[in-house]
Amino acid sequence: MKKNDWLLAAGILAAAAILLCFQMLGKTGKAAFVSVTVDGVLYGTYSLCEDQVIKIDDTNRLEIHDGFARMEWADCPDQVCVNHRSISRDGESIICLPNQVVVSIENGESSEVDDIAR
Amino acid sequence: MKNRTAYFGVFTALALILSYVETLIPVNLGIPGAKLGLANLVVVIVLYKMNFKEALLLSVTRVILTGFIFGNLFGILYSLAGAVLSLVVMNALKPGTSLSVIGVSIAGGVSHNIGQLIAAMIAVETYQVGYYLPALLFAGLITGALIGIVCRDVLKRIKKLSFV
Repeated sequence: MKKNDWLLAAGILAAAAILLCFQMLGKTGKAAFVSVTVDGVLYGTYSLCEDQVIKIDDTNRLEIHDGFARMEWADCPDQVCVNHRSISRDGESIICLPNQVVVSIENGESSEVDDIAR
Repeated sequence: MKNRTAYFGVFTALALILSYVETLIPVNLGIPGAKLGLANLVVVIVLYKMNFKEALLLSVTRVILTGFIFGNLFGILYSLAGAVLSLVVMNALKPGTSLSVIGVSIAGGVSHNIGQLIAAMIAVETYQVGYYLPALLFAGLITGALIGIVCRDVLKRIKKLSFV
């Protein structure tokens, strides 16, 4: 291997590292938010970056923690939304049918790539 | 000179076999589109032993054939973009002699991934795919270096052979 080969490799590594840094920095600045609608009416939007607990009409309680949103508590009998996994990616949602509550992520990180391209 | 076509056929077959062998190796780096690129071994060797035109023809033939046999239409489009960009970059860097085969192969591997990414961006019409760029740069560097090391040794051993 010649000296220039190492230089090329180092340059590519540096470029990858710099891009990665930019992405890391950019990610925290990205305004991913959680929108909550009750009965089809917008109840509120909340930042996904801040840890918080949101009470929704005394029927549900939504917890945002570490960039993930999770239904912490619901007064309904089936508890489907409470058992739903945490959501963080763009377009994901938790729906509580009995209380007509829809929690969805907007403007978040895009979902996993599908199987179109291998 | 009259053996050119025969050699070209052999190289195409070799590239196809290597592509097949590659599908047998389950290397999942967690990045869509990242592969070892064994077939590029043949392409780089042809680029050095024959010329750019032959290498380009071989590369395009290889991509289309493997695409129809193992992949799908999207795979062909992405690979084609990668393969052509990679060859152009490698051909541009080769005569400078400031880079050895390994360096040229690294440049080829990285530009292959960049070409694929650009094709993916155009096809999906979103810049979010660019998220994979650092990972793909790194993957291209590693696979390009590996292919380059093998190429260097193969070229050393077939120095006396001429395919032209």
